[in-house]
Amino acid sequence: MPYNKPHPAETIIISRRFHLPNSASIDTFLAHDGYKAARKALDMSQDDIINEVKKSNLRGRGGAGFPTGMKWGFVPRQSPKPKYIVVNADESEPGTCKDRLLMEFDPHRLIEGCLIAAKAVGAHQGWVYIRGEYRYLIDIMDKAIAEAYKANWLGKNVQGTGFDFDLSTHTGAGAYECGEESALLESLEGKRGQPRIRPPFPAVSGAFQCPTILNNVETFCAVPDIILNGGDWYASLGVPRAGGTRLLCISGHVQSPGVFEVPIGFPMMRAINEMAGGLRPGRKLKAVIPGGSSCPVLKADECDLPMDYDSLAKAGSMLGSGGMVIMDDSTDMVKAALRIIKFYQHESCGWCIPCREGTLWLKKILTRLDDGIGVRSDIDLVGELAENMLGRTFCPLGDAAALPTISIVKKFRAEFEARLAQVQVPAGVSESLVRIHV
Amino acid sequence: MTFSPELEARLAKMLESYPKGRERAALIPMLMYTQDEVGHISKELAEEVAKRCGVTTLQVEEVVGFYTMLRTKKMGKTHLQICTNISCLLVGGDELWQHASKKLGIGHNQVTADGSISLEEVECIGACSWAPAIQTNYDFHHYVTLDQLDKLIDDLRRIQ
Ligand SMILES: Cc1cc2nc3c(=O)[nH]c(=O)nc-3n(C[C@H](O)[C@H](O)[C@H](O)COP(=O)(O)O)c2cc1C
Ligand code: SF4
Ligand code: FES
Repeated sequence: MPYNKPHPAETIIISRRFHLPNSASIDTFLAHDGYKAARKALDMSQDDIINEVKKSNLRGRGGAGFPTGMKWGFVPRQSPKPKYIVVNADESEPGTCKDRLLMEFDPHRLIEGCLIAAKAVGAHQGWVYIRGEYRYLIDIMDKAIAEAYKANWLGKNVQGTGFDFDLSTHTGAGAYECGEESALLESLEGKRGQPRIRPPFPAVSGAFQCPTILNNVETFCAVPDIILNGGDWYASLGVPRAGGTRLLCISGHVQSPGVFEVPIGFPMMRAINEMAGGLRPGRKLKAVIPGGSSCPVLKADECDLPMDYDSLAKAGSMLGSGGMVIMDDSTDMVKAALRIIKFYQHESCGWCIPCREGTLWLKKILTRLDDGIGVRSDIDLVGELAENMLGRTFCPLGDAAALPTISIVKKFRAEFEARLAQVQVPAGVSESLVRIHV
Repeated sequence: MTFSPELEARLAKMLESYPKGRERAALIPMLMYTQDEVGHISKELAEEVAKRCGVTTLQVEEVVGFYTMLRTKKMGKTHLQICTNISCLLVGGDELWQHASKKLGIGHNQVTADGSISLEEVECIGACSWAPAIQTNYDFHHYVTLDQLDKLIDDLRRIQ
């Protein structure tokens, strides 16, 4: 993995063991504060752990940004059913490549985060659901889990505290939709990755119909430092309603793409210009996808903002998964829109019509616009079709397909117009008939 | 059907990793790991996995149809996967794809006549900051140039 050197402007917390020699081994981990937080948590009450996580203002790093402590608090602890921990390591949102680093360079941190979560809700078993393409990471996690069992950080009577916790990896098999939490649970149970109706949410009825804590890799990995240093400390790193740091994956047209750890609220232009080395010589910024391809794109003049949930929402986009895609003035936005919709069309699970058919038609229309055989009304049709999908699908994948499409067509309409079929439409003739002749 | 001792050990452990009576949960991992050894999911393999996980063959086929990494068709000795999603597209992913397809004379999900290489245009493989990226079987290659890809294909053809 050609992981970049840390940048001086980073705030290094979650990534602090990445550059140690043999960073994935339990010896390195233990020599650098490893399992100290878990040891502390094993002596804390469930409420105290959850309160610390609530105080930290940690919000889910998988994309939706839901407050983690609140989610953990939803687990009905009196329920006689077993409780489970599930790690979402499906990482498939285009532009996102951070969970990979956490598992490759600090797998024990993830195990420690799971153990703390398990103690917080009284869970005794968990699974790390890792996308199938990440086989080498499954091997790394399997090895770390075996080490943790051997050192009694997993298994029966963890460190003599009487607490039991089992953890294993579970491979996916290639399906973006399985990153959606309820589809992931279906997949974990050995079924097609189609989402479930919610509520009930996983905290109440998740894996095998039992209360389940399901979080992103980075979310679990943030927990040990919160327990060690306190929720207030973590909260103070970020902005008022979102605490801590997060990993930003910068890709696309920058000179030094890479993954960088920044506090929530870090200025977007500093991330692009300082950390990622700015644009290539002679190029100007055109657009940015701020947090994975499901987010509406921002035009260059909208990018001067701090990266926190509220600022991104105000700008009409989302903080998302941390996958920032930078596009310079050489980018063909029609092609970009087509490539993005091709992805969602391919990944639509087919369960509901607006998404299954909508993404297909968007792909067809964008293909003819890209091929130069589209007509003017096609541009409006793309916008209308996508608008009609919004809020009308069974799971958020439909919105994830529609939102970027709407934003690109609206903000870069001139590029679509420049690509229309070069034909004269005679007065009184429907434009769509013209298509037959081009 | 029996598998190698290492795989048998893995499968036994796999079945114990889920709550009692929930062996079906091992279905997808079992298909992935057995496919790696057998090559593709034949009717015989589907029946075997169905038996071990306590489901019907139809339920296995239903699952196989959903996931892109589960294949009922034999692929090449090396399965070459080229990402053309947005981050890779911006820095030459599509050129890599076109080049590989032309050089090998095959398209998406096709296999060369000698069986050495199969080709797939894949969605984001989580290597966006090190794009353009490709995978040969489970191995990642980052910052891939046209020349490197060209040489890689020549090498892969030789080791068939
Ligand atoms: C289509 C779709 C794909 C998703 N993919 C992922 C993913 O790959 N990884 C992830 O952690 N969350 C993904 N999510 C978000 C999850 O549904 C869920 O919100 C998240 O895992 C919860 O964990 P968090 O609160 O720690 O972020 C996806 C959501 C949708 C709708
Ligand atoms: S929105 Fe798309 S992915 Fe989600 S349930 Fe409907 S068809 Fe499936
Ligand atoms: S877009 Fe190619 S690896 Fe993410």
